[in-house]
Amino acid sequence: MTTASADQPVPSTKPAPAAAAPKKDGFATKIGRWTRRAPLQIFLMLVALAWLVPTLGLFFTSLLPADLISQEGWWKVVSDPSVATFANYRAVFDNEALVSSLWVTLQIAVGNTVLLVLVAALAGYAFAWLEFPGRDALFVVVIGLLVVPLQVALIPIFSIYNDAHLFDTVLGLILFHVAFGLPFGIFLMRNFFVGIPKDLLESARIDGASEITIFFKLMLPLALPAIASLAIFQFLWTWNDLIVALTFARDTKPITVEIFSQLRQFGTNIELIAPASFLSMIIPLVVFFAFQKSFANGLLAGSVK
Amino acid sequence: MTQVARNDGAPGGAQPDGLRAEARRRRLTTAAFLAPAAFFLIIWLVYPTVATVWRSLFDRSGDEFVWLSNYKAIFTTDTLVKALQNNVLWVAVVPALVTAIGLVLAVLTERIRWQVAFRLALFMPMAISLFAAGVIWRIMDEKDPSQGTLNASIGAVRDALGGSGSVLPNAVPSTEGLTGSLQTGFYVKAPVQAGGQALIGLTGIAPTALPASAKQAAAPAAAPGTITGVVWRDFKPGGGTPGQVEPEELGVPGATVELRKSGSTAAIQTAKTDDAGAFTFKDVGSGDFTVGASKDSFGPPYAGVSWLGSKLINPAVMIAYIWVWAGFAMVIIAAGLAAISREVLEAARTDGATEWQVFRRVTAPMLAPVLSVVFITMLINVLKVFDIVLSVAPASSQDDANVIALAMWRTSFGGVNDFGLGSAIAVLLLVLVLPALALNVRRFKREQ
Repeated sequence: MTTASADQPVPSTKPAPAAAAPKKDGFATKIGRWTRRAPLQIFLMLVALAWLVPTLGLFFTSLLPADLISQEGWWKVVSDPSVATFANYRAVFDNEALVSSLWVTLQIAVGNTVLLVLVAALAGYAFAWLEFPGRDALFVVVIGLLVVPLQVALIPIFSIYNDAHLFDTVLGLILFHVAFGLPFGIFLMRNFFVGIPKDLLESARIDGASEITIFFKLMLPLALPAIASLAIFQFLWTWNDLIVALTFARDTKPITVEIFSQLRQFGTNIELIAPASFLSMIIPLVVFFAFQKSFANGLLAGSVK
Repeated sequence: MTQVARNDGAPGGAQPDGLRAEARRRRLTTAAFLAPAAFFLIIWLVYPTVATVWRSLFDRSGDEFVWLSNYKAIFTTDTLVKALQNNVLWVAVVPALVTAIGLVLAVLTERIRWQVAFRLALFMPMAISLFAAGVIWRIMDEKDPSQGTLNASIGAVRDALGGSGSVLPNAVPSTEGLTGSLQTGFYVKAPVQAGGQALIGLTGIAPTALPASAKQAAAPAAAPGTITGVVWRDFKPGGGTPGQVEPEELGVPGATVELRKSGSTAAIQTAKTDDAGAFTFKDVGSGDFTVGASKDSFGPPYAGVSWLGSKLINPAVMIAYIWVWAGFAMVIIAAGLAAISREVLEAARTDGATEWQVFRRVTAPMLAPVLSVVFITMLINVLKVFDIVLSVAPASSQDDANVIALAMWRTSFGGVNDFGLGSAIAVLLLVLVLPALALNVRRFKREQ
């Protein structure tokens, strides 16, 4: 599975062949099949519902007016939609700390993703198509780094960041995320590049193109599916990060850390936490639904992280 | 455009100088491709790993070399031992459960038309942060059944199964003729004999506390050999006589009524009141009896399970975590399923194998590599679990929910600020994931 190429078809969107071509059956057969399958259908509907309720619950909670939010459950919004209000969201947008934390999160997530894709693609190409001594040994090192828990780096980097004035900066967080995204990124890109037909590359080399030209003009466009997977993965991962920002940020907080500091007084300010949490989820959810195919590919390609 | 070395070029006729220049250019090109990655990996991964191992041998201030005493502290400090125990629990429960749920759902969804929608619903939590997932579940886990979804569901099931009719948390007797308290129940002072009636009038009951089914209170007619009576809301707006059942006064449905021998505290019969508050004890025999509404009628309403308390905090966090990861397992396993050739399955079916045999003998063995990938991935993830513990567990239960990664952070940055001990915990975490590293490397070598 670790070397599954990134252009593999996505299972989640491909109907199983068995279900793909329903034959034309009589009405009675259809009814018979439906009753036989009804328990399964109902069971799966309940499962899907159980998986959706928590998220919907957060959304409905965020719509409760502030004076009801600590007394009523989210279903109040369903049973009595007239109480629903966007006032909590207005309060979030009036809260400067929360708004600026969303902006910080966006900067970190976009910045580190762009940088990571570039660095990982360069190294991945080198590991796939450039000859150099110790290439396989070095790639084994990269694979080894894949599982290193980032907790191992927190304390030394904390000291370095203090000396280098990178503590509490967007740049410091970006650099950390790029570094820890790299083993997976190099791995993914290398495995993709290896799958590109050798003839294509050889003919470009014979035509006299430099490796830099080959990389930017030929390889990168070809690698777009893999790049998309990597970028989406890294974007979501860093948008959702808590531990790195909690360690290296004090005032330049991304949204997770900002909500975390609000969470310490949970119960007194759910009317702020619920909408802020939901807002923090919107962009990842949009990215997820828009690019779910690439997301699944990334998962398949590197499920041993 | 620079001329670059050709892999297929015959070097025979080339100048030695040109060859060397070409080789140098090639080395430079390679270095240019690798340098950025090397810069990041060395400064942010390789150096810190070495530095952390080294730092773990020093004390809190970093001045004194203390050999392995930080490691000893991991196994002798209560909160850290608790973290280790919890991580063992996580490792034992979560990867297996996630893999199993993923497998079952992947197999079941192969047969439905709306599998894309289903898989999307289960997969969605993967997109949001573990931290936000924790906030979601903190709201789900609220103790008060009027707020927490889990406890509201449990309460609804209890009510549906006809649980205790404890609806009257503030009731008081309407006359001096009753004795007792909410904790003991209210009993008629005067002894009652067969053929007699017991009137149990209560006030202090909010109109909304009675179920909608409550009707005009009415005591059944007295009859020989039985004791009858009524439990009712003895309050009439604008007055009325306490102790008398009057029009517009509602019965208390579902209250538990007890019949005791006078002087005894053991119930010989119990009954539930009907919608008019009426009850009947039959064939009571002779002698004096005590009749009253037992304490079951007045207990506080269902208080909810304390998910976020110290006892259940681990299962609560695990439920949230499984909610996030089950979709991942399902999608990976479904991909494995889809890759199994249809012909093999059809051949087995043609040979007369039952669906279960096909699954057991063909599908499961062919899926084994995929299942192990999911299991190992979850194992590594579970060892590093952090965010979700921090957001589900309130500060008061965080010691009970502690895990290694969280302990490392709290020891180093969460107020204790002991970098020596924190480094030791980080190294322990690294050692725990090393088998996975070996596994990855071996798999890569095999594929070469």
